[in-house]
Amino acid sequence: MRPHLELMDRALVERVLGEAFELLEDPGVRVAPYAVELLREAGARVEDGVAHIPEWLASRALTTAPHEFHLHNREGQAVVHYGGYDVQFDPGSSCLNILDSESREARLALAADLVRMVQLAEMLPEYSAQSTAMVCNDVPQDAGDWYRLFLVLYYSAKPVVTGAFSGPSLATMLRLLTLESGGELELRRKPRAIFDVCPSPPLNWSEFASENIIELARAGVPAEIVSMPLAGAAAPITLVGSVVQHAAECLSGVVIHQTARAGSPIVWGGAPAIFDMSSGTTPMGSIETAMLNVACSQVGKHLGLPTHGYLVNSDGKLLDAQAGMESGMSTVLGGLAGINMISGAGMLDSLACHSFEKLVVDAEAIASVRRLLAGIEPRGASLATAMFAQTGLAGDFLKLKETRALFRSEQHFPSNLIERGGSGSPELWTRAHERVQELLAGYERPAIASERQDDMLAFAEEQAERHDLLRLPGIYQQRQSA
Amino acid sequence: MSDSMFSAMKQSIVDGAPETAATLAEQCVSDGVAPLDAINQGYVPGMHFVGEQFGLRKMFLPDMMASAEAMRAAMNILDPQLKRMGNSRPCAGVVILGTVKGDIHEIGKCLVGTLLTAHGFRVHDLGADVSADKFVAAIRQHNPDLIGMSALLTTTMKNQRTVVEALDKEGLRSRVKVMVGGAPVTRQWAAEIGADAYGKDAVTAVAIARALMEGTPLEVLAEPQ
Repeated sequence: MRPHLELMDRALVERVLGEAFELLEDPGVRVAPYAVELLREAGARVEDGVAHIPEWLASRALTTAPHEFHLHNREGQAVVHYGGYDVQFDPGSSCLNILDSESREARLALAADLVRMVQLAEMLPEYSAQSTAMVCNDVPQDAGDWYRLFLVLYYSAKPVVTGAFSGPSLATMLRLLTLESGGELELRRKPRAIFDVCPSPPLNWSEFASENIIELARAGVPAEIVSMPLAGAAAPITLVGSVVQHAAECLSGVVIHQTARAGSPIVWGGAPAIFDMSSGTTPMGSIETAMLNVACSQVGKHLGLPTHGYLVNSDGKLLDAQAGMESGMSTVLGGLAGINMISGAGMLDSLACHSFEKLVVDAEAIASVRRLLAGIEPRGASLATAMFAQTGLAGDFLKLKETRALFRSEQHFPSNLIERGGSGSPELWTRAHERVQELLAGYERPAIASERQDDMLAFAEEQAERHDLLRLPGIYQQRQSA
Repeated sequence: MSDSMFSAMKQSIVDGAPETAATLAEQCVSDGVAPLDAINQGYVPGMHFVGEQFGLRKMFLPDMMASAEAMRAAMNILDPQLKRMGNSRPCAGVVILGTVKGDIHEIGKCLVGTLLTAHGFRVHDLGADVSADKFVAAIRQHNPDLIGMSALLTTTMKNQRTVVEALDKEGLRSRVKVMVGGAPVTRQWAAEIGADAYGKDAVTAVAIARALMEGTPLEVLAEPQ
C-alpha cells in the first residue's frame, strides 16, 4: 500500500471548489488587456478589467485540460510524468543569492554559480528535473530569463522547470527551446521544459502573466500555474480560505489557458504560504505552508489535474538543524500528498538564497521519502513465520538467504553524507561540502550534437550582442578552463 | 483632563478600538483640552507601547494595523481642531513610498506607510509599479526627507538601484535619505546600491526612519544578519 496524506475530506474539497467557482463570478478576476477579448469571446463578462467567469466556462475548461503529460530529456525520452501520484523534485528557482561555500555567507549569485548548481543537480538522481535556479547577477536583467535557460540547456540533459518574467523573454526562451528540440512540432510533441506562470494574489493576472499563459498555451508548451495566496495578508487568514483563493486563481488560469488553446498541458501548481504576523515575511518552511501545499494539491487531484508545490526549503539562513527540520518535514508531507513536481530544494532564507551544500542534503531527504512512498509490502507467502522457521529463537537473521535477497529493496542506503555509526565524522557542513566536491568532480557534460550546440551558441551570441553582454558568462570561462 | 482620560486614550490605541479613540478625541475637543496634550500624552504613548509589545512578540501585525486605525480615527478628529487653532501636529518627517517598477506587490509597503503615519510621519504613497521618473517627480513635488522603496521579487529589486541612480543623475540624492525593503532585500544589497538604510520589517522601518531624521547612527539598530 502506498501511503497517502489528505488534509480535507471530500465534502470540504467540494465546498472549496464551490466557493472558488463563486469567487470567479463575484468579485471575479482582474485580468490584463491581453486576456480580455479572449475571455469575453469565450463567454465571460469583462468590465473595468475584471472578468466575471461563469461556472460553466470553468467547467468546460476543466474538461479539455489534460490529466497527464510528460517532460522529456535531451534524448527525447519521457522522464518526468505529471499526473496521478507520481512525485518528482526539482531545485528551487530564481533566487538572488548563493550561500558561498568558502565564507558560508550569502552573496549575489553569478552565472558560474548557476552552472555549478546545474552540474550538481545533474549528478543527483533525486532531482528529476533542473530549474533555472538563480538570477545571474553578472548578466543584464533584460537577458536574465533566456540566459538562465540557455545555461541549463547547455549543461544538462534533464527536463527544466523555468519561467519568464516578461513577454519578450518568453518569446526568446521559446525560440531557444525550439532550436534545442529541433523544431516547433518536436517541442510540442516532446516538451523539454515547463514554465511557471504566476497570478498575483488575490485573483489578478498581470499583463506579463496573462501574456505568458496565453502564449504558452498557443505554443503547446506546458505551463505550471504558481498561485501564491499569502494567508492573512494577500489571502484569507484561514488555511481553508487560502485554499479557496488558490483554487479560484488556478481555475481562472485554466480558463484563460484552455480558451487560448484547448488541450495544452497545464499544471495546478503554486507556492502558497502563510504570512508571518510578527516578521511580515513568508515562512516557506512553516508547517502551515506545507499544509497549504498539501491541501491545494488535493483540490487539483480531485479535478484530475497534474499538480505542483513549493516545499523542501527553509527560512533559516544556514545549513543547520532548522534547515534540516523544515525541509525534511515538508519533503515527507509533499511526498505523501503525491504532488507531481515539488520545487524548492536547496533553498534557504525563505527562497532568497540557494546552497549547493543544502541541495545535496535535501537529496538525501528526497531519497528517504522515495523509500517511504514505496510503503510496506509483503515479500512472500509468509510475512515472518517462514524466516522464523529457519532461525528459531536463535534469531540469526543475518545469515538467511531472504535477508540477502531482500535487504536492498527493504532498506534505503543513504550516501556517506548521512552519519551512521562510526567514531564521529566532521560536522554536516563539511560532509555536505565534500559531497558537493565529489559530485562535481564526477560531472561530465551530457553529449549534444555538435551542430545543435553550434546553433544554440550562435543564438546565444546573437542575443547577447543585443543585450550588450560582451561574453557568455558561465560558458567561455568553463570552456577555457576545461 | 485627568490622567485616567489619557490612560483611556492610550488603551484605545492598544486595544485597536477606533470608535473609542474617536469618542475620546471628541470628548477632548468638547472639554477644551489641548489636542497636542491628548496626542502626546494619550495616543502616542499607546502607539509606543504597541511597538514595544510587537518587539517582544506579544502583539502582532494585525494588532498593529488595528492600533494604527485607532490612531487615524483619533487624528481625524484632532487634526481639524489643531488647524482651527493655527497649529498642527509636529511632523516627524515627510516620506515618499512606492513599490518599484515591474512589481505590483504592495502589502509590505502599505504596512510601512500605515505605521509611519501612525508615528507622525506625513506619507505620500505612490503605489506599486513606480518608475524612477515618478519617484524623481514626486521628490520635486513634495520635497521629502525620506524615500522608501519596496520590492518583493528578485527580478524587480534591481529597480531600487535604478531609482538611486536616477536620484544621482538628477542631483537629488543629497536631498533625501533612501530606505529599501522587501522580501529579497538585505542590508548588503542596500549598501551595494547606495541606499542609506534597510528595514527588515515595517516596525524596523519606523525605527530607521526616526533614526535617519534624528541623525542617530544606524548601527544602533543593527541586528546580526
